Amino acid sequence: MTTELRTIAYIAAAVLFILSLGGLSNQETARRGNLYGVLGMLLALLATAAHESFGGYGVLAAAAIPAAILGAILASRVQMTAMPQLVAILHSFVGAAAVLVGFATHLHAGGHDQGAVGELVAQGKAALEGAEHAVHLIEIYVGVCIGSLTFTGSVIAWGKLQGVITSKPLMLPARHFLNVLLLAGLAFMGFLFFDAPASGGAGWLLWATLVSGVLGVHLVMAIGGADMPVVVSMLNSYSGWAASAAGFMLGNDLLIITGALVGSSGAILSYIMCRGMNRSFLSVILGGFGTEGGVAPAPGAVGGEVRTIDAPATADLLRASRKVVIIPGYGMAVAQAQHSLAEITRLLRDRGVTVKFAIHPVAGRLPGHMNVLLAEANVPYDIVEEMEEINAHLPEYDVAMVIGANDIVNPSALDDPSSPIAGMPVLEVWKCGNVIVMKRGMASGYAGVDNPLFYRPNTLMLFGDAKKNVDAILAAIR
Amino acid sequence: MHIAIPTEVHPGERRVSATPQSVMRLKKLGLGVRVQAGAGCGANFTDAEYAEAGAEIIPDARTLWSDADVVLTVRPPTEAQAGLLKEGAWLVGFIWPAQNQALVDRLAARKATVLAMDRVPRITRAQKCDALSATANLAGYRAVIEAAAHLPRFFSGQMTAAGKIDPAKVLVIGAGVAGLAAIGAARGLGAVVRAFDARPATRDQVKSLGAEFLEVHIDESGEGAGGYAKEMSPAFIEAEMALFAAQAMDVDIIITTALIPGKKAPKLITAGMVESMKPGSVIVDLAAEQGGNCALTKPGDVIVHKGVTIIGHTDLPSRMPAQASQLYASTIAALLEEALRDGRPVVDPANDITSVAAVLVHGAAPAPPAPKPVPAPAAPATPVDHESTPAAHAKPEPVTHAKPAPSAFPMRTIVWLAVAGLLMALIGWAAPSSFIQHFTVFILACFVGWQVVWNVKPALHTPLMSVTNAISGIILIGGMLHLGGKVSSLTVILGAAAVFLAMINVAGGFLVTGRMLAMFRR
Repeated sequence: MTTELRTIAYIAAAVLFILSLGGLSNQETARRGNLYGVLGMLLALLATAAHESFGGYGVLAAAAIPAAILGAILASRVQMTAMPQLVAILHSFVGAAAVLVGFATHLHAGGHDQGAVGELVAQGKAALEGAEHAVHLIEIYVGVCIGSLTFTGSVIAWGKLQGVITSKPLMLPARHFLNVLLLAGLAFMGFLFFDAPASGGAGWLLWATLVSGVLGVHLVMAIGGADMPVVVSMLNSYSGWAASAAGFMLGNDLLIITGALVGSSGAILSYIMCRGMNRSFLSVILGGFGTEGGVAPAPGAVGGEVRTIDAPATADLLRASRKVVIIPGYGMAVAQAQHSLAEITRLLRDRGVTVKFAIHPVAGRLPGHMNVLLAEANVPYDIVEEMEEINAHLPEYDVAMVIGANDIVNPSALDDPSSPIAGMPVLEVWKCGNVIVMKRGMASGYAGVDNPLFYRPNTLMLFGDAKKNVDAILAAIR
Repeated sequence: MHIAIPTEVHPGERRVSATPQSVMRLKKLGLGVRVQAGAGCGANFTDAEYAEAGAEIIPDARTLWSDADVVLTVRPPTEAQAGLLKEGAWLVGFIWPAQNQALVDRLAARKATVLAMDRVPRITRAQKCDALSATANLAGYRAVIEAAAHLPRFFSGQMTAAGKIDPAKVLVIGAGVAGLAAIGAARGLGAVVRAFDARPATRDQVKSLGAEFLEVHIDESGEGAGGYAKEMSPAFIEAEMALFAAQAMDVDIIITTALIPGKKAPKLITAGMVESMKPGSVIVDLAAEQGGNCALTKPGDVIVHKGVTIIGHTDLPSRMPAQASQLYASTIAALLEEALRDGRPVVDPANDITSVAAVLVHGAAPAPPAPKPVPAPAAPATPVDHESTPAAHAKPEPVTHAKPAPSAFPMRTIVWLAVAGLLMALIGWAAPSSFIQHFTVFILACFVGWQVVWNVKPALHTPLMSVTNAISGIILIGGMLHLGGKVSSLTVILGAAAVFLAMINVAGGFLVTGRMLAMFRR
């Protein structure tokens, strides 16, 4: 295959990737979108392998085939509740691969290796002289740094989501200063790297890898559990930029385009998540909730009486209602209550009760996490509504059932300007006739803010393990 | 501690102060419960059910009364019953102390502690003990049902092949708990409902139930302490009487619920108005027990005056005895719970419910609690419609800062554009042409990604993430480019490792996306 033909194949692959993302715009076309992605990847792979200058089929087979099998096993074994962890660890692979590609490219350009593949790379980077050489070094350096940051950050995110590392934010005393110091160190080492003789920069590159790795660890350690949707989408974005940077260093437009697609997709998701919490991207990334400004009211400042209800009475209430809305949160995922919940939904719908699910954008640990869990439990997606769709209609509902969610239904976000979560859009469940809140106890949510919802006259608390309670309700409805 | 549940002796009273369900609740509090044989008969609760719930059945009223530590009643006890009460015992029930002074004196002589359900304050915390609201809710509903039974016509309008039938018109006077319940019930049956209340705050509640709110154009609020109505000025009364007179000629049903605490019910419907109504019309007077809002009402009776039926039942809640008992028993149990300290009931002056509800403490009138200004609850705290409180209705004002009129190019945008332009110029000046070429592709791809991804539904964000994850495995191409050459060379090893990692991503990402998408179904 000639270079021209390969370029055409790359263009086709890029178009397929764009179609793939476009296909995800709704559920009907989503499966086709995934197929486009697979086709694009196959096309890119075949075109690269079939190029006249490509060598090393044996190595390719030895590396790619076991990896594909490993990936397939991972994908088929993963529980839907463990999806955030899987996504995080996959991000780390892209980051690590970007680092490796960066090193390989640098070593190659440094003249350590001469071979047939040299011509291949040289086609992209014909003659590296003067400014081109400098730009090439910058590309390698930036690519390696982003890759390393993505790698360590994703590993930490995986650890936090998996529960291996505590999900509490790690607040080092001078953490902002530390970040600045690490960045300055990176810039300085970059300078030394450019200055080093053509073959001698590898040492500095290694150091830069280490330092940006530390930066990645520190950045993600400082972010708490509920901000994970932002972190995971941010790392998604980074892994895209890392691929793009690799494209620059290799002069490969397909890598650049694909990386840019992924990078902007992750950036948009981060932005949507931040808007869901009414916080700026920077404040999430730099960690800490409500630590800057905003007086956190003493817990318990919201007084009043809490009324409780038991599972059979909840079942009675649900059966007697005409319209029910269910608001799941991370607690539902933790308790694995989605299947029983889906069964309750089915029974109620059979009885003619209108049942809807309302999903807050930041519910769960991954954008769209709740939707996937509900889909897994066979909840039809047309009764699962976004916050913006359903908020105005909530007063029409007789019962709102909140399962394992807290901050996303906190009225003080709207009516208490001094609240740390003031201005965050929330599901206005208190406008429903009755609100049943399933919770383990009266503990406050992630934001550490007391929830006045629990003291509203139309709120009934159902304490205990979500799964047990949902099962009990299910038994009572049957 | 023995709680006694006597049979109600008032003629026609079918309610009972505890149901088998509430007996269980009382037992859980560690109290012994004794129920007079046949106490639940009127409300269709059998002695066996009470026994099963853990109550002891006492056949004889005298034993029951004289041996009890706490007696729970619905209606005020007769003086004879009061005389049976053990010295220092408790009595909880409707007492109406202002109207029953002799009874209160009798109880005082027995050194009794008396909590009146009718005196439970109307504060948010006391809603669970609010028997008046619970009862009024039932009465309001039942009033409509009684009216429907006596009304010789349809409630809802109909369009038939044989012609059109207009819906019945209902006027509800007084939009308290009973009035609102009546509005809801009448609307439910398909009638056109109008309502009047001297308290303007009730307007939104009336409207929220789908009724028309009638007004007189005199600026005076009938809002008294605690959300109840007060007596109005003569000018206002004249205006509202004119309104009622006009309405009487038009409507088919009038339901009156106007009460002023501690006073005789105001006379709102005169004999003249009744006579002006269409024959066959119905008036239900919920204030009959306090003398009636209609001049012709005969308390406890149904009369027909010149073709107009006037219903003066005083036992409307009692006509739904099981539900009425259930709600009442729940409120009385809640009040008892409120009073219990270490298994014994006490009237704690610090408790803002029991201290207000207490008529007698050990036979003496308690020191009147400091008259707390009870602000008119914006809505009479109703158990039926919690969210009609304006507080809950009022949309919280979004915290808007005074925004300057948006100009096409705010300062920030200009600064950002300038910075971006400068950077671009710098790149164009310094970077070699091959870089510029790739850079063009990069920027355009960013914009394409930006446009495409915004269309993705939030529900599909997780699949989006895993598919982009798989796509970012494209970096394996980068690894492949290094695979030529000697197998042992460092670049080949690094490249192979990159291919390995990226391939896990590609395979894992696409497969898991496929798995997820297969689950999304309608």
